[in-house]
Amino acid sequence: MAAESRYILVTKRDCPTCQLIEPALEELALSAPVRVFNQDGAGFPATAAADVIDDSELAGSWALDVEIVPTLIRYEGETEAGRTEGWDRSAWRALTHLNDLGASLPEFRPGCGSLTRDPGIAPRLAARYGGGGLTARRIDLAPLEDAIETCYERGWSDGLPVVPPTPERVLAMLAGTNRDPGETLGEVPPDLVPVSIEKIAINAVMAGCRPEYLPVVISAVEAALEEPFCMHGLLATTYFSGPMVVVSGPLARRIGMNAGGNALGQGNRANATIGRALQLVIRNVGGGRPGGVDRAALGNPGKYTFCFAEDDDPAWTSLSEDRGFARDETTVTLFAADGVQGIVDQKAREPEPLCRSFAAGLRVVSHPKMVQAADAFLVVSPEHARVFHDAGWSKQRVTERLHELLTIDGSELVQGAGGMAEGLPVKLKGRSLRKFREGGLTLVRAGGSAGMFSAIIAGWGASGEIGSSPVTREVKS
Amino acid sequence: MSETVLLDPGSERDPSQREPRALPLDLSGRTVGLLDISKPRGDVFLDEIASLLEAEGATVTRFRKPTFTRPAPTELRQDIAEQCDLVLEGLAD
Repeated sequence: MAAESRYILVTKRDCPTCQLIEPALEELALSAPVRVFNQDGAGFPATAAADVIDDSELAGSWALDVEIVPTLIRYEGETEAGRTEGWDRSAWRALTHLNDLGASLPEFRPGCGSLTRDPGIAPRLAARYGGGGLTARRIDLAPLEDAIETCYERGWSDGLPVVPPTPERVLAMLAGTNRDPGETLGEVPPDLVPVSIEKIAINAVMAGCRPEYLPVVISAVEAALEEPFCMHGLLATTYFSGPMVVVSGPLARRIGMNAGGNALGQGNRANATIGRALQLVIRNVGGGRPGGVDRAALGNPGKYTFCFAEDDDPAWTSLSEDRGFARDETTVTLFAADGVQGIVDQKAREPEPLCRSFAAGLRVVSHPKMVQAADAFLVVSPEHARVFHDAGWSKQRVTERLHELLTIDGSELVQGAGGMAEGLPVKLKGRSLRKFREGGLTLVRAGGSAGMFSAIIAGWGASGEIGSSPVTREVKS
Repeated sequence: MSETVLLDPGSERDPSQREPRALPLDLSGRTVGLLDISKPRGDVFLDEIASLLEAEGATVTRFRKPTFTRPAPTELRQDIAEQCDLVLEGLAD
């Protein structure tokens, strides 16, 4: 039976067990054809009995999907009939049916890791030898072409350098999700181009993401494509807004997002690159570019990237919970956001005066006389949140009080009031109107431990059914 | 890591090879820059080109590199980009 078999042995010289088993290889090669793939150069194993192949390029090892060296594989014809890893005398004997094999060797020695499993190698091998399932068009660069400059010239950049999306990097990125690279999520405006997981991974590479951020990026894209978010209009508007991403839940901490000091600022890779990846998908896949369909009069710096994590505050419900998910679920919430307006109150020690400060700041969103137009997020810092916690005020109670304080007499809002032409139709003079529509004011917790400052993030003037509503999606691996 | 192949991040609706910009069929009313790279007698050649271009209705603006041994200075390239619709550059004598 053994005579009908043939064997492949995968080794590396740098592995003591591979060196140890050389006598067993000699014995085996006397009974059946043996081909050896050696991973670290020619000249090992030094045997004339077997057909030794230099597999430094790892093509053979990759095709055989080897994890450990030595690995001995038995074939019957073209079919693999079994394999064993490391040196386990009884396992080698069982596989080869040679009952005296390796009599001079110890009973057992573990093997070493295959070079195909070294960190960072697998994506390179997948790119080189196939198996990655990539279907995006490949762009060949000329020998002297600089990849980063090429990305600029082809219009793939938001203005900052991007990481060149090589097949190796994209395959490494795709390791961050279990989803099929070919799965299509929907059509990205404005050109309504179908977007696949692979295209998202390419843009995530360019944005600078790590693979573990990819599930968050995918969920952010899914949220952007939901009809209530109105991504087309948000892109096309002359208004300031762009998509802001808030990540709530345990994964935000696991991937190292910043919900603390400078959460809305620079310096954290996950915050910076997740928001940027979403913008690059819209730019590159959807074709949404400034001066093209993006008609913003001024825009805002958040259109490079605007993404942060919500702080885990046990005293308040989380954004995930507020949006109908469980606290231990990780969600992304997208909001059509302008920039950040700070609100200072260093004197309030009770909820009511602090709510009044917040309300006064929120009153000016879009324009002090505009109501039921833009939504807003209020990012409450730890020192401000403490005032509410000490008094036992829930987030919902604060929100409701803000709505009450932002119920405004129509006479203050109509055209001409305060000497400003802007305003509501004069016929609304006798009415009393809420600044924000139902669900239009969202509170989240973030920020560093020092500073009695919170942040108002105003939204697009077109909210709700006529424009954009915040959209939340669960993050799945 | 080798960066000789990139994956297209976009819609793939554009050609993968960038095409040179189409040449205009008519020069009248256009400004053509003539870049003298400072090779001897280049100016004589370019004088002749200039008169031919002007006969076609083009406005000709002359530029000169400080030396043919080095690439054009950034400021000179920016001047040409700012002032001209087209540019002709002699590469050698």
